[in-house]
Amino acid sequence: MNKPFNNKAWFFVLPVFVLVAISAIIPLMTVVNYSVQDTFGNNVFYWAGTEWFKEVLHSSRFHDALGRNLLFSAIILAIEIPLGICIALTLPKKGFWVPVCLILMALPLLIPWNVVGTIWQVFGRADIGLLGNTLMRLGMDYNYATNVFDAWATIVVMDVWHWTSLVVLLCYAGLVSIPEAYYQAARIDGASKWKVFKYIQLPKIKRVLLIAVLLRFMDSFMIYTEPFVLTGGGPGNSTTFLSIDLVKTAIGQFDLGPAAAMSLIYFLIVLLLSWVFYTVMENYGAEKQDPRVEQD
Amino acid sequence: MAQITLDNIAHSFNPYPGSNADYALKNIDYQWDDGGAYALLGPSGCGKTTLLNIISGLLTPSNGRVLYDSNDMTLLTPELRNIAQVFQFPVIYDTMTVAENLAFPLVNRGVDRSEINKRVDDMLQTLELSDKANRRAQGLTADEKQKISLGRGLVRYDVSAILFDEPLTVIDPHMKWQLRTKLKSLHEQFGHTMIYVTHDQTEALTFADKVVVMYEGNVLQVGTPEELFDQPEHTFVGYFIGSPGMNIFPASINGQTLTLGSNNVKLSKGYSNLNGKTEVGIRPEFISLASKEKAGTRGMKFKLDTVEDVGRLKIVRGKIEDVTVNVIVDEDDSIPTEPYAVFDPERICVYQDSFLIRGDA
Repeated sequence: MNKPFNNKAWFFVLPVFVLVAISAIIPLMTVVNYSVQDTFGNNVFYWAGTEWFKEVLHSSRFHDALGRNLLFSAIILAIEIPLGICIALTLPKKGFWVPVCLILMALPLLIPWNVVGTIWQVFGRADIGLLGNTLMRLGMDYNYATNVFDAWATIVVMDVWHWTSLVVLLCYAGLVSIPEAYYQAARIDGASKWKVFKYIQLPKIKRVLLIAVLLRFMDSFMIYTEPFVLTGGGPGNSTTFLSIDLVKTAIGQFDLGPAAAMSLIYFLIVLLLSWVFYTVMENYGAEKQDPRVEQD
Repeated sequence: MAQITLDNIAHSFNPYPGSNADYALKNIDYQWDDGGAYALLGPSGCGKTTLLNIISGLLTPSNGRVLYDSNDMTLLTPELRNIAQVFQFPVIYDTMTVAENLAFPLVNRGVDRSEINKRVDDMLQTLELSDKANRRAQGLTADEKQKISLGRGLVRYDVSAILFDEPLTVIDPHMKWQLRTKLKSLHEQFGHTMIYVTHDQTEALTFADKVVVMYEGNVLQVGTPEELFDQPEHTFVGYFIGSPGMNIFPASINGQTLTLGSNNVKLSKGYSNLNGKTEVGIRPEFISLASKEKAGTRGMKFKLDTVEDVGRLKIVRGKIEDVTVNVIVDEDDSIPTEPYAVFDPERICVYQDSFLIRGDA
């Protein structure tokens, strides 16, 4: 591959570079700056080197929060992706009900995070909330403020309610773009519904599904508002995710150095895992192509 | 393999069809003989694909029955009808290899693995795709993909019929010819009934033993390419087949005399009892241009407009009285400066309300 080298190309990239520099690189550099120094205010800084990074990486508080994040994202992906695909498959493809379904699906996406948190916080209260009260009358001892499982279940249900629609809409867009001839050919070939899904629908929505997985992973891994509104990270530390812990460290305790180091590590973890998802999904099913390259 | 009978088929995409205009297919009654090669020819939107989908079972007709031999198949799925269909755009299963694609319909039907391997190998050879058997189908060219679509139909030896829905639309011109030849040889080899939908008359006339011409949901004529050329049953068939199509113009006929403006032409047959709209058709191939002396009394003054050279032939456009007429002459023939048009009386067709009238002999 011979790519022509063109100096003019740099000028075209320049505006974007400037914008990204202002919006991302410069603020990030401030964080890097904080992460290697210690300060007691008054703009007095002491060099700390990699001290904060070591401290964060070795603290059990960080490990626990990271574990919670990983578990939460795993649960969210395991529920929302299959559920989203299933709902997308059952949505009508044409007719009167299409816009109705799509609008109903899109509604939760329009609600801000903290409102979702507040809705569910009230909804789940045993004294005045419809859900909490109903469960109590049914004899179930449901209380998200004191029970770890209940708190987790509430946040998971909240997130599934809020964001499954996104997966549905993305998959639906992928599904409706499949030409009718594919389904007709599959009927002629005598393929079962499962085979139609496996060999036609799934391969054709693979790309949008990748976007859905990445978006849902990044979003769920950065969850903050919902647990913060619901229980403030409790009961105990059971819903203290990395983001909540980060805010506690930076603003609650004013430990700017460790907080900066933690944000960088947090950022790198999101980046790394997103890259892993991307690589795995892009290459899935492509392995069979390797022998062919040798053959040619 | 089976004889396919369409018994009074009509179809409307409107669930509550009112007038005749709501029907995409209007009362089609036809029998496709076992082992025949048919072409279904007509302009876009005339109902060809609808008819094909009704034969294969992708669509259930609003009225009428579909019979395979003497079994009523009207309500059965394509799978139960055991039929193959190739679509306009190649359909392949992206994640499978070429060989797996060809095996797919057999796997779905629970055929033995050893039998599958044997048939797939055969088919790979027939389609000249053996060297690509283990490649993923995704990266192939359009014509290779279309060959695979075709192969998935042919790999089932026992299919009742193979239906083609404009299968060469996306194929390069030089590959079109090659694939068409392949289809013909496959037809000879396997003897399947083949029904080939197209709007390209060259494709239809070269592929088929019998051509079915459709227009606005009706079958206008079924015949061999020669019949369609010599005796179009409907003015549309005359106009649609041939390049350029038949010259069709209103004229008055009295017994054995055709009157066109101030010209009279003696016909080979007599026509009595003509009523309604009378039209006359003659193919450009059967009109000659001559000088006044040579044409004699049969000649009609021809006002020349343009001459188009299309290789071995010349298409001459001009007017007789007020009627526009195309004439085809050989490349080498010179056109007289004051040309007179002469019709071959044997080749003149007479139409009443658009349908052919056979003369009294």
